[in-house]
Formats: sequence, C-alpha cells, structure tokens
Amino acid sequence: MARSNKPLVWGPFAAGGTLTAFLTPALIVLTLLAALGHPPDALGYERLHALVHNSFFKFGLAGVIGLSLWSAAHRLRITAYDLGVRADALVAAVLYLAALGCTGAAIYHLLRI
Amino acid sequence: MAEEVSRRPYVREMGWRWIFRHPRYVRYMLREFSCLFIGGYTLIMVWGLKQLAEGPAAWQAFLEWLRSPASIVFHAVALGFALYHSITWFNLTPKAMPLQLGEDFVADGLISGAHFAGWAAVSLAVLYFAGAF
Amino acid sequence: MSERAVELEVLRYNPETDREPHFQRYSVSCREEWVVLDALNHIKETVDPTLSYRWSCHMAVCGSCGMMINGEPRLACKSFLREYRGVIRVEPLAHFPIQRDLVTVIDDFMDKLARVKPYLIPKHEKPLAEGEYRQTPAELKKFKQYSMCINCMLCYAACPEYGLIPKYIGPAAIALAHRYNQDSRDGGRDARQEEIAATEGVWECSFVGACSEVCPEHVDPAGAIQQVKIKSTVDWYKEHLMPWLKK
Repeated sequence: MARSNKPLVWGPFAAGGTLTAFLTPALIVLTLLAALGHPPDALGYERLHALVHNSFFKFGLAGVIGLSLWSAAHRLRITAYDLGVRADALVAAVLYLAALGCTGAAIYHLLRI
Repeated sequence: MAEEVSRRPYVREMGWRWIFRHPRYVRYMLREFSCLFIGGYTLIMVWGLKQLAEGPAAWQAFLEWLRSPASIVFHAVALGFALYHSITWFNLTPKAMPLQLGEDFVADGLISGAHFAGWAAVSLAVLYFAGAF
Repeated sequence: MSERAVELEVLRYNPETDREPHFQRYSVSCREEWVVLDALNHIKETVDPTLSYRWSCHMAVCGSCGMMINGEPRLACKSFLREYRGVIRVEPLAHFPIQRDLVTVIDDFMDKLARVKPYLIPKHEKPLAEGEYRQTPAELKKFKQYSMCINCMLCYAACPEYGLIPKYIGPAAIALAHRYNQDSRDGGRDARQEEIAATEGVWECSFVGACSEVCPEHVDPAGAIQQVKIKSTVDWYKEHLMPWLKK
C-alpha cells in the first residue's frame, strides 16, 4: 500500500466546502433580493463594476469561484459512486475539468472587467 | 482436526437503494446533493461576471433573468440546500478538530458554536457592505 | 415475571443445501425483559437447534453478537424485545458474506485490523533499566476513547462506502490505528500511514457518519478518520510543496 495522492484533490475540496459554508448562503440572499425586485446597492452596474475592477477583489472572487466549483465537483464525484456509477476515473476527469474550465472562464471575464 | 465443511459464502448485493435503508442515509444524500445547487449557483455567478464584463445592457439582461420565475425557484431551493450544507458542515467541525485544553477536550457545542457565530458575522458583514439593508 | 409473544423473522442460509438465503419465522413466548439474543437462544434450545449465530458475553463487551435487527446494525445482547413492535427481522451483519445463518465471514475484518500495526512501536529502544513509560491523564485522554473498540463490526455494517468498496480498510481499523498514533508512548505513525493514508485507507470515507452513530462504545471512528484525513493532507502538502522540511 502506498500513500495516496488524494490530498491533492481533497485539500481544495475541504477549503471550498468551508468557504461555501461561510459565504454561499449570504451570496444567494444578495441575488435572491435582486430576483425579488429589491437588488442590493452593490448589484448596480456602476458600483459592481468598480468593485470587481479592483485587483484584490478579482483575485478573491476567482478564489471563491474556483474553490466552490472544485468542492461541488468533488462531492458530485463521490455521489455518483454512491449511486452506483463505477467509472470513477472518467467521472472525476469530467467533473474536475469542468470545474477548472468554468473557473478559467470566470478568470477570463474578470480580466475583461 | 474437525471435518471439512463446505464453505460457500453468500454475498449480498448492495445496489443503490441503500440510501433509503435509514433516515440517516437520506440525510447524507441530501447533504451531498447540496453540491448541485451550490455548484449551480456558482455557475450563475460566472455567467453574471460575463454579463458584467460585456457592459450595462448585458448586466441589465442578467438582472432581468434573475427576476424570472425559474431563477426565483432556483434561488429558494439553492438557499435551502446551501443552509443545509453550512449547518451540517459546522456541526461536524468538533469531530475533525478536537481541541484539548489541559486534560479535557473543549465541548463540541463550543467548537461548532464558534463556527456558527463566525458564520453569522460573515453573513451580516457581506449583506451590510453589499447594501442589502 | 410477565411473558411476551414474540415473532422473529430470521434469515437462514445453509451453504451445503441452499442456493440463496431465505427467511424463517419463529413464534416464541419470551420474558418481558429479554433481549433479542435471549429469544435466539430460546429458539435454539426449544424449537430449532440448527439455528447458527455468534455470541459470548451477553453484556456488550465481547462484540460477538452483532447482527441486523430491523435493518439496523445492533448487538443482539443489547437489543431489548420491548424496543420493538410486531415482527422482529434478524439478519446477518450487512456488507459481510454470509457463512451460515447469522454467521458472517469476518476474515476481511481480521486482516484489516492486523494491517494497521495495532501495537506500540516505541520511538526509541527503551531498555528495562530506564524504567516504565509515564503518562499524564491528559496524554491518556488523547487516545482512550479510541481504545474502547470491541471489534463488533457494527460500523462496517453501517458504512455504505465499505459496502460499495470492499477494499476500504474501514472505520474500526482506522480508529485502531489512530488509537496508537495518539498514544504518547508510540512512534509508529509513519509505518501506519502506509496503510491508512493509502487510497483504500481514509480516502474512501465520505463522512457519512453512520459508523459513529451505531458504535455501542462511542469510539467515534468518524472523528478519528477526519482527523487522519486532515493530518495526512497537511503532511502531503508539506512534503510536496516544501520538500526541504525534515519529517
């Protein structure tokens, strides 16, 4: 038995799980308020654009999105196995690549702001 | 020596219906499924960033989509699942990080309680600085 | 003492004559205060001597009488008849092959226990002349809870990951390794990591937590597993990102 390299994927999962636990509900409330017709001030175009334009904020946002997507991908991978999908390597590759791809897209758009 | 008895062990199949064998497995599955909604919400955030990058008109379109019935339903369901993820995650923290002070371990309730307090503080800060109230 | 009419639906399997297990119903008159094990013994003594099952101490310390009672992994000697209404379904412990009736094949479990090197591996050779090991109450408390395991295997029956992935080393084995890792007299963590930090070690666990819920001794294997995961992850990143650090 050799020590596994699982920590490579588990570390970001644990970080992302902690981050989403602290942050995601509040974020959902922000856009939910917008959905109900009472958008918070920060979601106005001028204010949000100025906020996201800041480099530190971009870095933070990229980190939040990256870890959130990774954590969701990892959990979905486990769930697929729990429900009987045996092709773990394939599921893992698809999900992790999707997470990384969407994070890449987020970074691309962030850089345009 | 004892006489040989034929050994023909019977292996019971697992399937996927095990998730309904007891409420705790249903709760586990619900917790795991929260990843679909948290991941889904994060993708909406990415799309929002794209619209933000493309200018005021695109951003308006995003805000309009947010007001659609599909979006409202998704937000409501996603919020429920996100809360469930947070609650289950923080409740498990004492198991993962036992803290020994002197001879005794800090009570579970204190460790998870500290996390819940931090969660409340972070959420209020985010909502306040975003101008939600 | 009052009597109680009890119906048990027991899964039977004779490897020499049966192709598949099947349920057999027994109706017996039991004492009000009996446990399921008493009912089984009563059946074996008065109704059906062919019924096979493991048991020993009848007081929840030996770990022999683990079985599925109404679908839950329980110790038969700790499951009171008065807890149940209607027919009581008794099956062999889940996720283990059935040897005969309620007797499971536990070879896999025994192998896994041995693999984690469940004995003190001292940091240095300590000659007798140096005297005994001394341990403070705080040092004892660090591992005591994990030493309470009675090897009843209820955690393996509760763990869906063990059911899905038979190679998974499982909750009790990891809790046992953790018991030694946490012992101040021990220096064998590195050796044990080869087993429990492997893919079939802690990494198959998805923190369902069922193991700790069913454990009759409150060992909390789930907690042990998460602690090993975190420590192993920190070690891994240290090793790969800062290889110049001494172990």
